[in-house]
Amino acid sequence: MDIFIIQVLNSFFYASVLFLLAAGLSLIFGVMGIVNLAHGSLYALGAYVTAWTVTSIGGDLPLVVLLLLLPAGAVAVAAVGLVMEPTLIRPLYKRPEEYQLLVTFGLLLVLEDVMRLLFGGTPLSAGTVMDKLGSVPIRSLYYPTYNFLVIVIGALAALCLWFFIYRTRFGVLLRATSQDMRMASALGLNIGRVYIQAFGLGCFMAGLGGAIVVPSQAAVLGMGIDNLVLAFVVVVIGGLGSLKGALIGALVVSFVRTIMVQFFPEIELAVLYLIAAGVLLVRPTGLFGKPS
Amino acid sequence: MTAGGKRNRTGSFVRLLLVGGPVALILLLVPEVADPYQTQLLTYGLVFAIAALGFNLLLGYTGLLSFGHSAYFGMGAYTVGFLVRDLGVVSMEAAIAGGVVGSMLVSALFGYVCVRHTRIFFAVLTLALSQVLWSLAFKFFWITGGTDGIRVPQLALLGGLIDFSGNGAYLRFIISYYYYVLAFFLVSVAVMWLIVQSPFGKTLQSIRDNETRARFLGIEIRRYRWVAFVISGTFTGLAGALWVPLNGLTTPDILWWPFSGEIVFMSVLGGFRSFAGPLVGAVVFNFLKAYAVASTEYWQMLLGIVLIALVLALPGGIVGGLAKLSLRIRVRKNDEAMT
Repeated sequence: MDIFIIQVLNSFFYASVLFLLAAGLSLIFGVMGIVNLAHGSLYALGAYVTAWTVTSIGGDLPLVVLLLLLPAGAVAVAAVGLVMEPTLIRPLYKRPEEYQLLVTFGLLLVLEDVMRLLFGGTPLSAGTVMDKLGSVPIRSLYYPTYNFLVIVIGALAALCLWFFIYRTRFGVLLRATSQDMRMASALGLNIGRVYIQAFGLGCFMAGLGGAIVVPSQAAVLGMGIDNLVLAFVVVVIGGLGSLKGALIGALVVSFVRTIMVQFFPEIELAVLYLIAAGVLLVRPTGLFGKPS
Repeated sequence: MTAGGKRNRTGSFVRLLLVGGPVALILLLVPEVADPYQTQLLTYGLVFAIAALGFNLLLGYTGLLSFGHSAYFGMGAYTVGFLVRDLGVVSMEAAIAGGVVGSMLVSALFGYVCVRHTRIFFAVLTLALSQVLWSLAFKFFWITGGTDGIRVPQLALLGGLIDFSGNGAYLRFIISYYYYVLAFFLVSVAVMWLIVQSPFGKTLQSIRDNETRARFLGIEIRRYRWVAFVISGTFTGLAGALWVPLNGLTTPDILWWPFSGEIVFMSVLGGFRSFAGPLVGAVVFNFLKAYAVASTEYWQMLLGIVLIALVLALPGGIVGGLAKLSLRIRVRKNDEAMT
């Protein structure tokens, strides 16, 4: 029973991180029609920047300061995104989408090595944050307080994003562009600005995902490539371009993964990929995607 | 088929021989002039060229971008590994036959599922399915050896006519295996040329250019795409089977999706709009990667920058760029002749 509670909490923890990663991917696809293969690497970059900030600047600073330093990774990644979109992605909107996949694959290769260059090959952790927060007793077991924080951040992020997209003027512009880019442009919308904002926001979320995961799991090379495929599974299940889909997809993937790891660890990943393939077959647009 | 069509096809085969003949001659002479290391690198290049050749039947001729061709390459390689380790196969030809059948079966299964989609969904679906194989190879270590992979020795070629034991075996292996791969390469190129020039190949191109019109003509689009997928996967599987003895080891890396990305990279580097592009791209990519790995720790970054620059500045790849250049020179000559 105690194990069960812990596993449920773990699933929610993992779903929070995965939601941030997948929602960014989905947002960028929904608005701009681009599948960003470098998205996972941006997530990893967020993790590295936060871990580096906390260990090198944070030092012995009090816990509150350390917590405030956590979003550093998200901000850095958003900045990278704001530079990337106009220089590398914008020239490709009019070209077939194969080229977008190729450029973002090139970016993935570059980013992986940039991280190796900047942060070295050894794992980088921000574990002090987690240690300082202590843990909460759950019946006979203890659970890290920090993991609760991550679950709360994930839920808050989902709420904020929903509010942003469905209740603000910026959200209206985003949705208008996503539904009919030409019409929105004809009505006088500055599409270039919407694109760069959407891309920046998507990158920010990927960076935030990395930033909140790094106190509990060290940043390692290759973490982005592994997680990108999982984010794909999430958006394929939920539907590319759907916020609700990203949330449900993240929950499905996390819970299935936890169950599989518990009972059939060998086929844990294979089952997830098969679920994604199955959903694509039965409902090509995902559970919540708009039919094209 | 009409007589005219037949003459056209014979003509196109003559054209292949005219361009390919001299290239084949040069390739035949390589081990005489180049050192063993270069020869070995070129062997790798030719193996990848077969993989890219198969891949490009889908991208260049059918208009489907697969991000999961690592699956068929890996299936070819792992089948050889299983045959050698578990069934004690010692003949290279038997191992290759097994690898080709294995990858054909997997591509028939995956292809059946994937051709229901096009564009981005096709790419994501091929990727997801290839990762199923990767995760199985990665996790079932008592069968696949996990990250250690399966060791495959240098198998006897041509039914035992050439085997590799005794003094200087490794050097002999490099030279004879080069010719062995070259033979497979030349046959593959000829077969693929016949395929893309055949009515079947022309139909694929019509589907690529205008799916709706092709459907109006009564073409069963999905079945054509499926057959193209199977042929494509099988060629890539053949490359995987040929690759194992060369590498001596098969590991899950070749099933991982970034390897699919490398196959895409090769085709784009050479130019996927032309028949020869992926062949040139694979050989150049292999040399580029070998030298990048040797000269810098950050070779991935170098390759990434090359890829981005290519897509932004030279979307036709090497072959497309050269064709454009020669066209420009010819136009200029014509202009001079006119004035």
